Amino acid sequence: MKWMNPVIITEKLTKRFGDFVAANELTFEVNQGEIFGFLGANGAGKTTAMRMLCGLLAPSSGKATIAGFDIYDQAKQIKTKIGYMSQKFSLYDDLTVSENIRFYAGIYGMDIKQIKQKTGVLLEELELQSEAKTLVSALPLGWKQKLAFSVSIVHDPSIVFLDEPTGGVDPVTRRQFWDLIHYASNRGVTVFVTTHYMDEAEYCNRVSIMVDGVIAALDSPAQLKQQYTATNMEDVFYELARHAKRKDD
Amino acid sequence: MRSLFFLLEKESRQLLRNKQLIRVLIIAPIIQLILMPLAANYSVKNISIAVVDHDRSTLSQRFISKITASGYFKLTAYVNTYSEALAVLEKDRADLAIQIPANFEKNLVRENVQKIYIAINAIEGTKANLGGAYLGSIITDFNSEIRAAWPLGGVVEPIPQITIASSNWYNPLMNYNLYIVPAILVTLVTAMGMMQSAFSIVREKESGTIEQINVTPIKKHIFILGKLLPFMVLALVIFTLGLCIAWLLYHVTPVGSLLVLYASLIIYLFAVLGLGLLISTYSATQQQAMSLSFFFINIFNMMSGVFNSVDSMPQWAKNIVETFPPSHFIKIMRMVVLKGSGFSDISYHLVVIVLIGLVFNTWAVLNYRKTV
Repeated sequence: MKWMNPVIITEKLTKRFGDFVAANELTFEVNQGEIFGFLGANGAGKTTAMRMLCGLLAPSSGKATIAGFDIYDQAKQIKTKIGYMSQKFSLYDDLTVSENIRFYAGIYGMDIKQIKQKTGVLLEELELQSEAKTLVSALPLGWKQKLAFSVSIVHDPSIVFLDEPTGGVDPVTRRQFWDLIHYASNRGVTVFVTTHYMDEAEYCNRVSIMVDGVIAALDSPAQLKQQYTATNMEDVFYELARHAKRKDD
Repeated sequence: MRSLFFLLEKESRQLLRNKQLIRVLIIAPIIQLILMPLAANYSVKNISIAVVDHDRSTLSQRFISKITASGYFKLTAYVNTYSEALAVLEKDRADLAIQIPANFEKNLVRENVQKIYIAINAIEGTKANLGGAYLGSIITDFNSEIRAAWPLGGVVEPIPQITIASSNWYNPLMNYNLYIVPAILVTLVTAMGMMQSAFSIVREKESGTIEQINVTPIKKHIFILGKLLPFMVLALVIFTLGLCIAWLLYHVTPVGSLLVLYASLIIYLFAVLGLGLLISTYSATQQQAMSLSFFFINIFNMMSGVFNSVDSMPQWAKNIVETFPPSHFIKIMRMVVLKGSGFSDISYHLVVIVLIGLVFNTWAVLNYRKTV
């Protein structure tokens, strides 16, 4: 099996906001090259957990290592190893497609020659060659999302964190988006993805389901379905999430 | 350093692409620099006077026309009694009331002595005081004129006179522009620079792109520097345009060296843009950033000695103003533009600006957190 080498290890990782425990003692491992689905209802703590792993949010307690680096002491090293695509659209609307690629590649330390080559490859993969000089603001949402994903892995990170990357996108584009994810995964990139869509959960190698800030279940989709005697992930999720006490945030 | 290059490239692209903003940023200061020095003039003009002429003689007419011909005064009321004149004063239609007594001409010619009563409306203190002083000098002038015209009583009595030689305080030809234009230019560059730098990081917070920046390994001081430099270039461009207008329109050209001027300007911008970025790191929305910048810009404009003298402020205010970069830079501007001062003359002010700049920028870097 290609994914026996853990690249994300967390131990009792916790985030409190005052009395509110957004993420409670999360302990899990994600292996290299794996597509790891992070599921949960709104307000279950998915984004909080992901932001801690990306170094955007300081944990309250617990431990975690990303690509072998400690999240407390080695944040800088971690940042060169990870990519992140936030829930909020994160490209510059007033820059063109190729300018966005150039900028992010540039601040990750690539030189002009590497950037040119990388830009060509990305545009071809996304079939956006004709739109290279289009302002991002003029692109349809689905294309923007695919571009944002490609930009988030422009520096060939070993792990990429995707926070609800397909929110608001049509089914066809969602399928294409997952093709990109699989393509990246096949090259050895570990994908950590949160989603609301249960059909997408089926594409993951393993899935964790968060309820009220804790991980309620963690296994491969097939195992989970067997365990909860469900025919699809939708039922598994419903079985776990209906006991949730927290309301939407 | 490579990431700084890409950051600068991106910032300049975004700035230049916003044509509307660039137009406003460049045209607005030009218009203000054309309008404001014309309005913000120290010489008091259009002082309205009410005249009560009980004499109605040739000489009293000549006296009145001499007053109005001076260019400072505007005759707004010509009334019959002193109480009417006071009423005009009370209604704020006049700043000064002059009473010319009956027998003005007769007494002046025959007895060589005459008194004139002036009532001053002190609600607009500066205007009234200066008006009174102007009037005083006009009367003195009038006095010597008629002495020259009529060697009184056929006897030429040499009257000992003390004349005071002074700089032309009330001379309409005195060039106030020399004083005010450089200071106004500083306020314009300051307002633009602070406002734009205050918006810069907030804009990325609002659009969410800051998150994407924060997961990259970019160093915080490089990021801040990347935000600061484009606005410095823009401010230098605006300042240069302003200098051209000062030269073309007001004939104000720096006596001192441009090198000293621009070197000081760069140091000054470092401090002011640093403050803008500091505001940006504290604000969550552009609205907050705007309110905070307005607060500082207003205080700077009012307290930095643009229009009034810092020296005549109370000590506590002077202590506060000492920490304002614009107050030091306005002094530098005036010293370099008017006196041709060099680095050694302005070194104190430069050092203060550098220190304040270091505080603001370090604070901004520290307060910009990639992890919350």
